[in-house]
Amino acid sequence: MPQLGSLFDWFADRQKTSPSIQQQQEREIADGLWTKCEDCNAIAYTKDLIANQMVCLECGHHKRVSCHERISQLIDDDTWIPLDEQLQPSDPLKFRDRKAYSDRLRETQRKTGLTDAVVTGMGKIEGSPIALGVMDFRFMGGSMGSVVGEKLTRAIEYATANRIAVAIVCASGGARMQEGMLSLMQMAKISGALERHREAQLLYLPILTHPTTGGVIASFAMLGDIILAEPKATIGFAGRRVIEQTLREKLPDDFQTSEYLLKKGFVDKIVPRTQLKHTVAQLVRLHQTVGS
Amino acid sequence: MAGNEKKPFLLEFEKPLAELQERIERIRELAEESSVDISSQIRQLETKYVQLRDEIFSSLTPAQRLQLARHPRRPSTLDYIQAICDEWIELHGDRRGKDDPALVGGVGKLAGIPVVLLGHQKGRDTKDNVARNFGMAAPGGYRKAMRLMEHANRFGMPIISFIDTPGAWAGLEAEELGQGEAIAYNLREMFRLDVPIICTVIGEGGSGGALGIGVSDRLMMFEHAVYYVASPEACASILWKDAVKSVPASAQAAEALRINSQAAEALKITAKDLKNLGILDQILPEPLGGAHADSIRAAEVLKDAILKNLQQLQLLPSAELRSLRYDKFRQMGIFTEG
Ligand SMILES: [Zn+2]
Repeated sequence: MPQLGSLFDWFADRQKTSPSIQQQQEREIADGLWTKCEDCNAIAYTKDLIANQMVCLECGHHKRVSCHERISQLIDDDTWIPLDEQLQPSDPLKFRDRKAYSDRLRETQRKTGLTDAVVTGMGKIEGSPIALGVMDFRFMGGSMGSVVGEKLTRAIEYATANRIAVAIVCASGGARMQEGMLSLMQMAKISGALERHREAQLLYLPILTHPTTGGVIASFAMLGDIILAEPKATIGFAGRRVIEQTLREKLPDDFQTSEYLLKKGFVDKIVPRTQLKHTVAQLVRLHQTVGS
Repeated sequence: MAGNEKKPFLLEFEKPLAELQERIERIRELAEESSVDISSQIRQLETKYVQLRDEIFSSLTPAQRLQLARHPRRPSTLDYIQAICDEWIELHGDRRGKDDPALVGGVGKLAGIPVVLLGHQKGRDTKDNVARNFGMAAPGGYRKAMRLMEHANRFGMPIISFIDTPGAWAGLEAEELGQGEAIAYNLREMFRLDVPIICTVIGEGGSGGALGIGVSDRLMMFEHAVYYVASPEACASILWKDAVKSVPASAQAAEALRINSQAAEALKITAKDLKNLGILDQILPEPLGGAHADSIRAAEVLKDAILKNLQQLQLLPSAELRSLRYDKFRQMGIFTEG
């Protein structure tokens, strides 16, 4: 189920990318030596920002990172083995809104260099083996269609077969409408794979990043043995706008944030990105039983 | 069943039929009063009525099916449970502080077989609909469902679930109580259950709120039921966001309708579409005019299909049942590889 709020944001973002002079200037900052923080406007030396894993040195704002950056942040050097890179999305519904889904896919693939909204593989984290899936919000709002579902399912099955932990870095607006009910069914498929992984007494850690909503929150994002979240991420089931309309009153300021979910008991720990690798590695080590 | 005696609620495409039927009635009354034999004319009109009905119902658009699926007189979960069970007792509560009236369930007997039955419950009238939140279940509803399914598992009773919801409830309290977690938990745990699960979409299958009780060994849908990842209205408001605003104010209502029906078409929400996509196992034929036109007949079709599937599933050892359930969902998805 697509989460309306964040999908709106994604479409708004997309429209913004039409070149304007202001955008052009901003991109020059981003492409160049300096990067401006979206939150506090502080200008940072890009190299320093990358060294700090794209977390603002002034205000701690977690800038969006690509799946490849994320993998290099989490996985030990030279240990990453990608899985199922050959999987490609198709257009089973011949879906067309104001643009054909097949065109939209091709365009997004060209722009992002990705085949779809998740990269999966296995590697080591501080020496411990782990299967990892990383979603990428740039690819159609991280929406979950058949390829996302299949790749995550295979990664989990791989982890079960090899008796290792699995972690999924979530970033998604929900199910991908353009693949209709096939997208919805990925929620069940992935959850089934997680049930087998759990039955084998293995550890699963979802890591919730901005934003994690809709069908992803109503499936694998909430099924962790332990659930971690990055600070100030938007995490929720229904869109904030939808809820506001039904409620006709203002929602709490921290509504649907990582901090709110921690308070309500749905997240175990908020972990700043700079400590994420160590925390995940520590948890994996703590759950390694003899013989596994 | 409830509702059938009340003044009929007519959808736009049902109106020509109702008008013709009214005309036949009027002529019949006149004939009785004047004692003129016009039985052949009446027969002619009746034949015309059947033709018109067949014509309308054999060429329904997805948007029209959506209207039928949401028809206020459409039989609900409780209507079907009461019609198909020898006996039944409704049970309440999630044992976490909630009893959601939008998701009902209990224990009963189906042709002599003890079963657990559960499903989304829409209201039978406006007041009831408000009380039942239009069938939009809260986390407490999904947790009640899970509690009843665990009960079924413990006593070896098959689970019969009915889907009929516009979607899971989107509200402040639902978020506070973990709507996402409640649905996710069911999705995973339903793969663990050792008893047969037969699920039928009786009306509207609204996204994750539907799937939250929809993991099953057999998925059936009534002919005019719909099942979607996002409601056509929500889909249209995202993907065709500015289309309505681009036409003159006087034409906006018509344009919105047109776009919604376009979205209903594009999303592939009908039983036939879902069978083609490898998601649905079985389509249950509805009486002509839809399930609400003859709810007793619809219940018979439903009961018969449940029992036939149950006979097959009960032969399977639980490990095999679970493994087949896994495989069933495992193959869902269409992509290319190579
Ligand atoms: Zn900053």
